Amino acid sequence: MPTDEPAGYLGEAQKTLDKAKVKVGDRISIQTADNTFEGIVIPRAEIGADDKHIVLKLDSGYNVGIHVDNIQKLKKLKAGKKGQPELPAVARKIKKGVPWVSILSTGGTIASRVDYHTGAVNPALTADDLYTVVPELGDIANIRAEVLFSVFSENLQPSHWTTIAKQTAKHLEESEGVVIAHGTDTMGYTAAALSFALQNLPRPVILTGSQRSSDRPSTDAALNLTGAVIAASQAPFAEVVIAMHRLPDDTSISLHPGTQVRKCHTSRRDAFLTINADILGEVKDDKVHMLVDSAAYHHRDPKRELSLQPKFDSKVALIKTTPGMTGELIDSIIDREYHGIVLEGTGLGHAPETLMNAIERAQEEQIPVVMTSQCIWGRVQMRVYRTGVELVQQGVIPAEDMLAETAYVKLMWVLAQTRNLSEVRLRMLENLVGEITDCSKRSQYEEMTRQ
Amino acid sequence: MLEAQPIRRDDQAMTQIDYEKAGALIGIEVHQQLNTKTKLFCNCPTEIREDDPHFTFLRRLRPTQSELGEVDPAALFEFQKGRVHIYQNYDDSICLVEQDEEPPHLLDEEAVNHALEISLLMKSQPVDEIQVMRKLVIDGSNTTGFQRSVVVAFGGEIDVNGFKVPIQTIGVEEDAARKIQEKGTKTYWRLDRLGIPLIEVATAPVMKTPEQVQATALRIGQIFRVTGKVKRGLGTIRQDINVSVKGGAIIEIKGVQQLNLIGQVVQYEVQRQVELLKLRDELKNRGVRSGQIKQVVHDVSKLFQKSTSKVIKASLKRKEGVYALVLPGFAGLVGKEVQPGRRVGSEFADYAKFWGDVQGLFHTDELPNYGIIADEVNKLRRHLKAQDADAIIIVAASKSASTDALKAVALRAQQALKGIPAETRGPLADGTTRYSRPRPGAARMYPETDVAPITVTKKRLKRIRQGLPELPEEKLQKFHEEYHLSDELANIMIRSLRIDLFEDIIKKHPKLAVTAASTLETSWRNLEREEIKVDDIPEEQVLLLFDRLAEEKFAKEAIEDLLTWLAQHPTQTVDKAIQDLGLGVISKDELKSIIEQIVEANAVMVAERGDRAIGPLMGLVMKEVRGRADGKLVSELLRSAVKAQQQS
Ligand SMILES: [Zn+2]
Repeated sequence: MPTDEPAGYLGEAQKTLDKAKVKVGDRISIQTADNTFEGIVIPRAEIGADDKHIVLKLDSGYNVGIHVDNIQKLKKLKAGKKGQPELPAVARKIKKGVPWVSILSTGGTIASRVDYHTGAVNPALTADDLYTVVPELGDIANIRAEVLFSVFSENLQPSHWTTIAKQTAKHLEESEGVVIAHGTDTMGYTAAALSFALQNLPRPVILTGSQRSSDRPSTDAALNLTGAVIAASQAPFAEVVIAMHRLPDDTSISLHPGTQVRKCHTSRRDAFLTINADILGEVKDDKVHMLVDSAAYHHRDPKRELSLQPKFDSKVALIKTTPGMTGELIDSIIDREYHGIVLEGTGLGHAPETLMNAIERAQEEQIPVVMTSQCIWGRVQMRVYRTGVELVQQGVIPAEDMLAETAYVKLMWVLAQTRNLSEVRLRMLENLVGEITDCSKRSQYEEMTRQ
Repeated sequence: MLEAQPIRRDDQAMTQIDYEKAGALIGIEVHQQLNTKTKLFCNCPTEIREDDPHFTFLRRLRPTQSELGEVDPAALFEFQKGRVHIYQNYDDSICLVEQDEEPPHLLDEEAVNHALEISLLMKSQPVDEIQVMRKLVIDGSNTTGFQRSVVVAFGGEIDVNGFKVPIQTIGVEEDAARKIQEKGTKTYWRLDRLGIPLIEVATAPVMKTPEQVQATALRIGQIFRVTGKVKRGLGTIRQDINVSVKGGAIIEIKGVQQLNLIGQVVQYEVQRQVELLKLRDELKNRGVRSGQIKQVVHDVSKLFQKSTSKVIKASLKRKEGVYALVLPGFAGLVGKEVQPGRRVGSEFADYAKFWGDVQGLFHTDELPNYGIIADEVNKLRRHLKAQDADAIIIVAASKSASTDALKAVALRAQQALKGIPAETRGPLADGTTRYSRPRPGAARMYPETDVAPITVTKKRLKRIRQGLPELPEEKLQKFHEEYHLSDELANIMIRSLRIDLFEDIIKKHPKLAVTAASTLETSWRNLEREEIKVDDIPEEQVLLLFDRLAEEKFAKEAIEDLLTWLAQHPTQTVDKAIQDLGLGVISKDELKSIIEQIVEANAVMVAERGDRAIGPLMGLVMKEVRGRADGKLVSELLRSAVKAQQQS
């Protein structure tokens, strides 16, 4: 824990600590007019904290912030321990007859442990760590763990999708399934990206994460992770899916199809919903239960040859049309030489007429424009009203019932293969991996919204 | 509920305990709900509900590991047994924060202000910056698995009848969910209480007798009450008590709700610890060593096939069994009483129930009994090769439950050789206590990163300091010196439930202070004894009553009659009461002439007895004018009328 810089301390607080040669993790005593405090210097929250207070963890376990102006005397009592504390050694047993599952981590801490001395939360990343923190995993599968990178999911780039896709392909050769631990913010985008990049899958690829951090006893992470590993090792399908809580209850894990899933709540455990499709199945009581017809998914087949196309063209923009919007925004995207635009239009797929000129210009410059709907549920239908008809006449590609985020990822993937406008149009309108459906069923909206 | 009440004492046990010799050291933590508009970390109301909940959800709590791989053993045990928690909710008064489905909002400023006010009253020093902590609590009472808790001030002291009790910390924390019931592996909780702010005051462990503890708790409660910022009523206040004796361990008794039970709990706990130390010494005398107590569980089902014991018959019918454990050298000691009605065997049974999911146990010190006959006990002893000096513990349940239970008993018996195991205990209705779980190690706390720290500025403290209420002893002095209440009446008044009303009255009518005090206490109690519901009278009518008294609309002798009338007509006014009872005050002149008539009529008596006639004459006059004239004035006028008669 101790580092050379007093972590998070700035300005006066930093000066005060530096003067006494005190580092985070050291035990010190501070005398004020009223009190003497003795405790360990703990890191200062970097966000929303001022530079006037030093935070001590007292022997009672409580933290207290002491204003630098009130410090009469500051004394270093004992230097903190260097380096990470050793983890207890866990004998890792490989169980015969238990399937192998790979867990690739990308930055979301699906498992972690707390350092109660300093309050630091350290991620559990190796297979050994995972067995220690979630011991049930050992009964379900032998784990092969790999850390791909450690990036907050909001900072992930299309190049990261490429890395994940390639590493997943590699692990699919050896393991019964691959689990990808991922931050929830952009998990839907990555699921769509992997769905396009990894076609003809022999085995399942399961993304999972947590809405309540894994250091707390009420975390959803452990159940999500075990659910994902059960699905990876036992599910009958060979699809890319997201495995997250189905309800606020710790009872069931949903298996959402990778191109038709969206994070629809900022904080609830059951934030992910399948949109415009049926939920594939659930993991309940340690078993996978399929909820769709067996004809509705690709079956697990270790002999099937994977088709890996992991490239994405990152010069694509996703724009939401709004009242009062003018063509400037789209013009500037064209000026910046973007290769494609996805519009999240209103209603059935409409955009204000103030955008017409800019959209026309995009067509002239061979930039595909794809129309989705900000309604989230439902299908774009651009032949009902005049605005829609005009947009189609100008070459705008109606994305059917594809989610805007999925259309965005798909356009990036298609553009990485061809820039030919008519070929792009054909591929965007073709259902490749379940991202477009033929018919919209009543239950797909009602079931999701009527909880 | 904060009124002083004598400690219910078990005189015999009380006189037996020499607290000085036992070296008892006791500290308390008093928690009371703050009366804030919203909960501590969300905007939900702080109300408890009894209507049917609208929906429930189910959760499991996972014991988290520290860096060193330590896990709270009791929490791990519950998790492995598949303990699930069902949380009951109301759509309109509980939000996603209580459900652990949304991060907490900011720390409630109102609660912080209340806590700072209480801190200043106890001369405690507020911290510069309040840091929100997570204190791990994995029994399900918090949906998160931790309780959010802050310290707002350190140090300070309170004066308890001249004895200074140091304060260690003053803090605020979230109240827990309410446990509704436990059914098998399911625990039902209601989330209405979760998140209500609690003020927590912890004293240093310096108290030595039950009386000191009870007085200290009363004193803390009084200080809470003078701020007017705590909730009142049963369930709003809870005390945790730490008790240790010389040579023992710290025992924490959590959640004593009745103030008048505290002294009793302390007394019984000290008694228990003293008895456990005696047990240890007796075991040593007998030469019992820890290694002799083995965690070996015997299946003795076949010895009890024909048993008439209901418990055993039921177990065998369920295809379970009867299991036994031998405790070498324990004969006669398992039946030893440690608290009234609780024996060493009860302590063993607590462990068996907690760790083994069994209903209870039998031990040979109490057998033959409960349908188990002497022949069965003899056979059991022979079968297990147990000596007369050994005790045998029996449970009737499934093999795994029995094994867990009896192993826990063996461990507890080993601890008996060391003395007093550190435990968290829960109070029973009579003041005795029951084992509830092992005492968790140093509280596992880490920062609540979802809530920003709060700076306590000098300006804020100044503002709070300016609005500080008076402490009870300051009031006592004021009542005594400024308002001329007797010591006794002033003392009663500062403990009165109607102190706020009293202060409202004397603010307007300082001269009526003594009358107000005796009305609100003596008259009130007299009328209550006659089952007149004086508490039903609206406060504003009581205030008005003193306005009218000050205006001399009636005489103070009529107060009880007026209160009675008002209690019977709670929607009516004092003016109506005065009218209805015919209490209009007679003028001085009228009074004078009434008195003169009576004196004249009794001229003979006046002539014979002189001044001694005043007493009987007073009675005659009062009979005529009661409630319509002031007694003092009557006596004055009567005196001069008698004098005039004598001179004529
Ligand atoms: Zn709430």
